[in-house]
Parts: sequence; structure tokens; C-alpha cells
Amino acid sequence: MFSIVRSLWITFLHMFHKRETIQYPEEKVKLTTRWRGRIVLTRDPDMGERCVGCYLCAAACPVDCISLQATEDENGRRYPAFFRINFSRCIFCGYCEEACPTYAIQLIPDFEMGEYNRQNLVYEKKDLLIDGQGKYAGYNYYKVAGMAIGGKDKGEAENENPPVDVKSLMP
Amino acid sequence: MATVYIDNKSYEVGAGKNLLESCLSLGLDLPYFCWHPSLGSVGACRQCAVKVYKDADDKKGRLIMSCMEPVADNQRISIQDPEAKEFREHVVEWLMTNHPHDCAVCDEGGACHLQDMTVMTGHNYRHFQYKKRTYQNQYLGPFINHEMNRCIQCYRCVRFYKDYAGGKDLDAFASRNQVYFGRHEEGTLESEFSGNLAEICPTGVFTDKTLKEHYTRKWDLTNAPSICQHCSVGCNTIAGERYGELRSIVNRYNGKVNGYFLCDRGRFGYGFVNAEDRIRKPRVRHETVSRETVLEEIKRSILGHNVIGIGSPRASLQSNFVLKALVGEDNFYHGVNDNEHNLGDLVVKILTEGPARSLPLKEVENCDAVFILGEDLTNTAPMVALAVRQSVRRQPLQHAAKNNIVEWNDAAAREFIQDEKGPLFMATVHTTKLDELATRVYRAEPDNIARLGFAVAHLLDPEAPAVDDLSNDEKEQALQIANTLQQVQRPVIISGTGCGSEIILRAAANVAWALQKKNKAAGIVLTLSESNAMGLALLNGHRLQSALDTILNRRDDTVIILENDLYRHGPPSVVDEFMKTCHNVIVVDYLNTPTTQKASVVVPAGTFAESDGTVVNNEGRAQRFFQVYEPAQGMQESWRWLLNIGAAVDHPRLAAWKNFEDVTRALAAEEVLLRGVEKVTPPSSFRMAGQRIPRESHRYSGRTSMNAAINVSEPKPPEDADSSLSYTMEGYRGQAPSSMIPFFWSPGWNSVQSVNKYQDEVGHALRDGDPGVRLLEPKERGAAPYFSGIPEAFHPMKDHLLMVHLHHIYGSEELSNHSKPVAERIPQPYVMLNNDDAAERRLNAGDTLTFEVEGQAFALPVVISQYLPKGVAGMPYGLEGLTIVELPAWSILK
Ligand code: SF4
Ligand code: SF4
Ligand code: SF4
Ligand code: SF4
Ligand code: FES
Repeated sequence: MFSIVRSLWITFLHMFHKRETIQYPEEKVKLTTRWRGRIVLTRDPDMGERCVGCYLCAAACPVDCISLQATEDENGRRYPAFFRINFSRCIFCGYCEEACPTYAIQLIPDFEMGEYNRQNLVYEKKDLLIDGQGKYAGYNYYKVAGMAIGGKDKGEAENENPPVDVKSLMP
Repeated sequence: MATVYIDNKSYEVGAGKNLLESCLSLGLDLPYFCWHPSLGSVGACRQCAVKVYKDADDKKGRLIMSCMEPVADNQRISIQDPEAKEFREHVVEWLMTNHPHDCAVCDEGGACHLQDMTVMTGHNYRHFQYKKRTYQNQYLGPFINHEMNRCIQCYRCVRFYKDYAGGKDLDAFASRNQVYFGRHEEGTLESEFSGNLAEICPTGVFTDKTLKEHYTRKWDLTNAPSICQHCSVGCNTIAGERYGELRSIVNRYNGKVNGYFLCDRGRFGYGFVNAEDRIRKPRVRHETVSRETVLEEIKRSILGHNVIGIGSPRASLQSNFVLKALVGEDNFYHGVNDNEHNLGDLVVKILTEGPARSLPLKEVENCDAVFILGEDLTNTAPMVALAVRQSVRRQPLQHAAKNNIVEWNDAAAREFIQDEKGPLFMATVHTTKLDELATRVYRAEPDNIARLGFAVAHLLDPEAPAVDDLSNDEKEQALQIANTLQQVQRPVIISGTGCGSEIILRAAANVAWALQKKNKAAGIVLTLSESNAMGLALLNGHRLQSALDTILNRRDDTVIILENDLYRHGPPSVVDEFMKTCHNVIVVDYLNTPTTQKASVVVPAGTFAESDGTVVNNEGRAQRFFQVYEPAQGMQESWRWLLNIGAAVDHPRLAAWKNFEDVTRALAAEEVLLRGVEKVTPPSSFRMAGQRIPRESHRYSGRTSMNAAINVSEPKPPEDADSSLSYTMEGYRGQAPSSMIPFFWSPGWNSVQSVNKYQDEVGHALRDGDPGVRLLEPKERGAAPYFSGIPEAFHPMKDHLLMVHLHHIYGSEELSNHSKPVAERIPQPYVMLNNDDAAERRLNAGDTLTFEVEGQAFALPVVISQYLPKGVAGMPYGLEGLTIVELPAWSILK
């Protein structure tokens, strides 16, 4: 008996608490930067596509909803020829972001992706690629990788010596 | 056997091995880089360290390189010893100090031995703060990509390329910690085996450039066990597909056939499958039509007409057999010219009626003397040439063994034998790449080559027919060859159909048989022209020429041509006439050829990657290739089209056959020489733990996304009615039977090195026996049915030159010519003359020579060679646009 009265009393007191419910969609939800929502592909500080088409996100994805094809530009820089995420399958686990060696793929605080037609949940690269670095500013994979690409030759990456002179006999 | 204690557990291991291979054979994980089962040990990488103890009381032990330490009885070693583990971790860390941050953009990633070994040792953080060494890369041609930064200086590449495969243009340069692996200058790698660098190199320095064009990680490929289609050797391959396109061919280990390697034609010749100009839709009189219309049209052309069928040496047994059943035994013709037909029959006769055994390719490596008659192996059957190299290299190892130098101790063994080579005798028309290894080279016209062979046979066994009026030089050569062959235990005689000469094959048979009689385990290897030329020869059928004749004399006939370009097998004028006379020409093929252009009906067949089939290689080994992926709408296996046609015309026999297995069983039951083909792989009802064997790895990605752009609802994966493989990643996760391994993988072993885990003894047979069923066995020992009919010695003829075919690894084979990277390396047409012949006619290199051979006129630029015998001329075989004529034949110079 006492416990029922106590419960009623506690519930009654809640009427004077601050409200948790918000008037969505008039009022927007505040989400932290680490919130795992809509997936984007970001660019490096030089505005080059960060994704190098390594397929790691696709392999990490537990529902296999990422597919892509790697290709190379004439200077040896790799990028995805197509990049597709089927958001009707995505479970927003964030494994792809964790797997990505270049910080290209990121989950951002946005969940407003509702669609009447499921087909519209298939996002292609043009829908995914944004003009910014997202959460991880400053990182530029090709500046640390050993591959020569346009504008960065062998030995010009961070922490690299100039290429070995194969003909030198100096000790 | 020896007892070894590894981490205090006792194991029985084979004596004479090194500790590393013994540990791996036991299934223990021990990291290594420089050792390879085919290359032996050199102790260069220091990765395979273990502790070895003096005795049970020794607690301290000492570190040794397990690849350099022979197994000893009662030896005590430890892999898990903390000091050994720390040492191995440090070694990887050192190797990694200069390693680029490349995995994401490295084609080796996901199939990288360096990744695997790094994970295995536990190294995960780079403490080294200083700068990384870098290198410039080289352009190495259309096959291989070079990314030198990733090198860990294990030396495997040069040891394979130079020591094993005899290449000259790859080497180690520079010194100290700057050693560089590449060519002396940029340029195409010359070796026919350069593709193996991609598998031999444990890192991403050398990778497959054709894969890079449509790069896919190993885990994302849909794979199936396959058989190379580019020559008669039938090397085992793994074919991988992604997004409806064939993307890579890699080696599939077969301890009896190709071992760990493939030739470049086999590895990079797959481009024809993806070629733009493939036949993808049915056509009736050059109009694209639907499946129903084409079947209706074919039905109309068959009912009430005389129908003949022309088979193919590049189509599977099943396709040829169903065609034969459809048109009836009497109307089935082999789609090869008379000469090839005769050669095929002769090869079968030699291998079945004589006492010499046809050797599996790998056994050639253990032969202690080789005699090659006529065949330019490097260009007609490249992997046989590689095997001959091993025979020559390994024969002197017997001497090393006598001095207690084991074969796997590679550096020591090489040092010991220096330049010593095993006996190799060559008798060929022109120079070959194997000449450099030969004890003696005899260059002559086909008839004289045969005469030398007959003479050797006669010296070995006087009952074999003798050869008159040999020159002194020839006599002396024959004597030397006969003496050498008599002194060894396991000689092999190699010949083939490349010269187009039956007499050479007969001479080769006589030599092998004469040796058999001397109680030698003499083997014989005869190579043929195409992937299933042997299979076709084993399948009863008539000559193509008689088909041409029959039709030319009758009218109102229908011909069904199976996967064959008749213009490669008959004179253009005759084929033209034939195509014109035939009322209906139905061609089932995947490539657009001159034949399909003239056909009234073209049916789009699947290539090897889109079909199931069995082919018989030159050894007489029936081997199965599996469908890798279902082809796009419209295309299907040739035999399935023929079954559909059979159903459309209510064919009494074909109606009963529904799938691959029905056809194969009927084939095995009806064709006497093909008994046993049904045993090549387990039946399609075969399941492991109730499950199919998956074509895809468990990490296969993107399946809910790859087709989502077309339709977000995923289609049901296709069911395979023809085999027990599945088209998905679901299924049995353990090891499949050896004949149906879709890819090699084992936990912690993602690279090709995982093959170790599929062998009981590393470097030997696959776990349940090497795949393939031998169909041809020799007659029991007995009187050899020696061939007689020794040709006259060759005499040059005035105003004539004896024209022979010269083969090219890139260019002479039909399918690989349609692969872009291979096409880049095809030579221009030419005619080769001896320098005296050229001088006589005042011809310089590059001048045009006009001549006629077999009624065909040619005008080709002249190439001059001092090695071609006088009175002989050579022209390349099979180049696109160059008519193929039946050679050797006299050409009339204009
Ligand atoms: S993991 Fe990153 S770099 Fe690799 S394919 Fe995915 S998005 Fe691109
Ligand atoms: S060689 Fe292996 S470890 Fe090195 S970058 Fe390539 S995948 Fe990574
Ligand atoms: S290129 Fe490859 S095989 Fe050659 S030494 Fe370097 S890592 Fe070894
Ligand atoms: S030797 Fe012949 S079968 Fe083997 S890989 Fe080369 S072309 Fe293919
Ligand atoms: S594998 Fe033993 S030292 Fe390289």
C-alpha cells in the first residue's frame, strides 16, 4: 500500500521537473559530434578525396552494405570510381569509420534520412562526398604514405629520406 | 623418421628436412620470409628463429634459424621460448623501420605475407623515429607493377627469377641497407614466368598489373578452381570474379602438374573473357535476337536438314560430347586440320600402345636427362620448359648430396655445383631459350631431327630401325645422346606437335621405347596445340577435311560449329566456300572470329570462367574447371545451349540430360578412352557437413550493396546445379577436397603461403591427393611397336624454302591474343630466313619476301637468322591476320 502511494507521489513530482521531450521537428535535437548517424566521405586538407578505395570499410561492415571500386588517376592517386552505401541495410555501428585508415568515412550527427521509397536509401558517391574534413581535421593520408602521387614524389612524404641512388657505392 | 621435441612435445618428422618445413608440416605456425618450398633456404631474412637445446637439461639453449638447421633425432627445440619470440618480433620491427605506410593503397593487402607474419609475431608499434628509406620504381612492362619501397630484402624475387626460372633481367643492385631489386634499366621483364613474382614476393613490391586495372582484394573475389586454357599443359588456376568481370588468375597448387607456378600467358591471358568484342547476345543473320527466337531459328535449321557438328580443341569434353550426341556419331567432325588430327591420334597411340609412360609435369623436374625433339617448349608449353630447367639444375645435386649437402640448403648446393648442369639434348629447328642450358644443340629441319631421333633409338636398341647415310657429325651426336641416356636412371624424351611433324613424334616414341627396353624408367612428354586437343583426340570423330568435302558435295545442310574459328584450321578459300555452301551455319562461341562473321546464327557461349567443363591435358590427365560466376543474361555454357537445342528439337538422348553431371556420366559411359572422367571431382550432390563449399571468403563484402543501384532488394543468389560449390559466402568453412579448392586460406595465413596448410608435407601433394585423373596408361612392358619409315635426309630445293611454324608465347595462341596486356607483346608478322638464303636472293632484314605456300600467297618482312638451317624458312604461328597453313611444307618464292 505504502509503495503504491510513494510511486504516485514520485510520479506527481515529475510534473515539476524540466521536460525531456522536445517538439521535434520544430525543435532540433542536440547531438554530440561522436553521434553515429548519416555516413559521409570527407576530403583531406588539400580538398583531395580522402578515400583511397582500400575496401577495409566494406570488409568491416557487418551487414555488407558498402560496395566500391578502387581506381587510380593518371598520377597514381587512388580513389573510388564508385562508392555506394545501402542505408536501408546500414545499422550505424561505426565499424567502417573505425576500419578506415584515412579518416575518409565518418559517421556524423544526422539521422534525418527517412524515405518513403526504400530505393532512395541507396547513396552513391555524389551523395556521400562532402567538401570538408569532418571530425578529423589535418590528416592527409598521402602525406604519410610511400606512394608517389601527383604533387608528391618519392621521398617527399613526411619522415622520408630522398630516394636511394642505386648507383652510389658510398658506404 | 626422426623424433623431435618441440616445446617439450614429441613429434615424428621426416629425416633430411629442415626444422622450418618440418614445423610447418606439423601445422605449427612459425614466421618466415626467404624460405620457399621450391626455392629452399638461404637464411637471409632471420625471421624463422627458434631455440635449440643441447639436451633435456639444457635450459638456456641458443637461437638458430630453423630454415638452415637439419632435423636431428631427439632434437629439442622451442618455438614459444620468450627469447625466440622476442627475437622474431624484433626482426619484423627492423624490417618495418623502412616500410611505407601503404597497406591501404597496396595491392598485396589482404593477401600479404608480411602482414600475416607481422601479426603473427605480435609487432604492432613502430618505435623507430627516424626517416624512412625510399626508392624510385621502374616500369616493368604490362604484366608486373613495381613499388620498391615495400621491399624487405628477402631475395626471393631474384632467387626465383634468375636461379629458378633462368631470367636474366632482374637483379639485386646497390649495397648495404639500400639493396634494390629491379632491372638494370626500365623495361619489360623478359622472362615468361615474371608473373610468379607477384606470388613469390612476400610483400607488395611486385604485384599483378592486370589486377590493378580493376583492383579487388582477395577477400572480395568470387573464386572457383579452374584450368588454364592457353596451352595443352593444363596448369591449375584459381579464377576470381567481381562485379561480373573476371579479375584475376592465380596459381592453384597441384603437386603433379604446375606446382607453385604459372607462365605469363596463363596468368595474364584471361582478358578475352572481359573483352569488349565478345559475343554477348544471340544473333540471327547479324541481328541481335532473343533467346526464344534463336532457339526457334535453330530448330528450323535442324529439322528436316542434314546436320553436321564441328567440335573444337578449345571446348570442354562435355561441350564436344553433347554436340556429338546431338548430330550423331557419323556427323561429328573434329574441328582441326588433317595434320593436327593425325598428330593427335598419333600422340594417343604412342601413349597407349607403347611401353613408355607419359610423365606428369612435376616428375620431369626429377628426371636426370632430357632429350627434346623439335619442340620450342618455352613458346608452346612454357611450364614444361620451366620443368626442364629444374631437371637440369637438380641433376648435379646428386653429387652435392654425396658430400652431405642437402638440396634445400640452396646457397651451399649452388656453390657446390657451380656451373654444372644435368644432361639436356636439344634438336630443334631454330634457337630456343633452353639452348643456353643444353649439353648439345642440334639444329636442323624437321626430317633431320627425326632422323637423329631414330638413330639414337637404334643405338639404344638394335631392333629399332636404323638410319642410313648420317653425316659424321650426326652419328657422333647420336652416339653421345644414346650413351648419356643409357647411363642415367630416369631419362625423359620430350616432343610435341609444334613442328607439325608426325615423324618427329614417331622418332621420340622410338627413343623412349628403346630406353624402356633397357629397363630405364624412361618417361615421355608430348605437348599438343590447345587446352583440350588431347580430349578431342580421345573423343572419336571424323576429320574436318571430310566435313568440308561432304558439304561441298551436298546442299541444303546445316552445320553447328562449336567454339571454333575454322579459319585457323582450314585454307581460307575452302572455308569460304564451305560457309557459302552450307545452308545454315550455327556457331556457338564467345569470341567474334572470322567464322562467326560468316555465320547465319551466332549463339553466345560462356568462356571457361562462366562454364563447367573437363579438359584433358597433354599428360592424359582429365581436369575439371568450375564455373566462377553466372554470366550475364544471354550467355551460357556451350553444352547447355546444345542441350537446349536438343530439347527444342525433341532429341531422344539429349532430352534426358539436365545438368553437367548427367552429361559427364553419359560421356564416361560411352567413350571408351574417357572412362573415369566422372571421378575427377566429387558429384554435385557432395556436401561437407551438409553444406556446400563457398566460392567466397567469409569476409566477402558488399553483397547488400553491389546490386542496390539497380534494385535495393537483393536478388536470391543463384543455385549451382552443376557442382557442390555455392555462389555465396555461406557454406563449409574447412578445407574442400583437393579437386575443388576455390581459394587457399587459413586463419592467420591470408597470402598464397596458406597452401602449406593444405599439404600434409609442405611442398608435396595436396591433402587428399593432387587433383586430376590420368586417363592414359602405357601398355605393360613388352615388345615396343617401333615406328619405321625413316625419312630421307633433307635436301634444299631450288627456288623453294621449307616453311615451318615458329611459335610465340604471346601471339600463337588464339584466346590470349584477345587479352590487352598480352596483345602488347605480340610480335609483328615476319618470315625468317637463313643468312645464306637471304644473301642469295639479296634480301636484307626488313625487305618484303613474297612467297606461296599450300596455295596461300604471303608477302612478309624478312628477318634474318644465322641459326635457321639453310633451305628452311619460318613464319610465326597463329598471329592475328596471318593465315595458318599446314606446315611444314615447301614454299615457292616469287
Ligand atoms: S576504409 Fe576509408 S579509405 Fe578505405 S575504402 Fe573505406 S572509406 Fe575509403
Ligand atoms: S606489402 Fe603488405 S605490409 Fe607492406 S604495404 Fe603492402 S600490404 Fe601492407
Ligand atoms: S622485392 Fe619482394 S621478393 Fe624481392 S627482396 Fe624485396 S620483398 Fe623480397
Ligand atoms: S604452361 Fe600452358 S597451361 Fe600452364 S600456365 Fe602456361 S599457358 Fe597455361
Ligand atoms: S626463413 Fe629462415 S632465415 Fe628467412
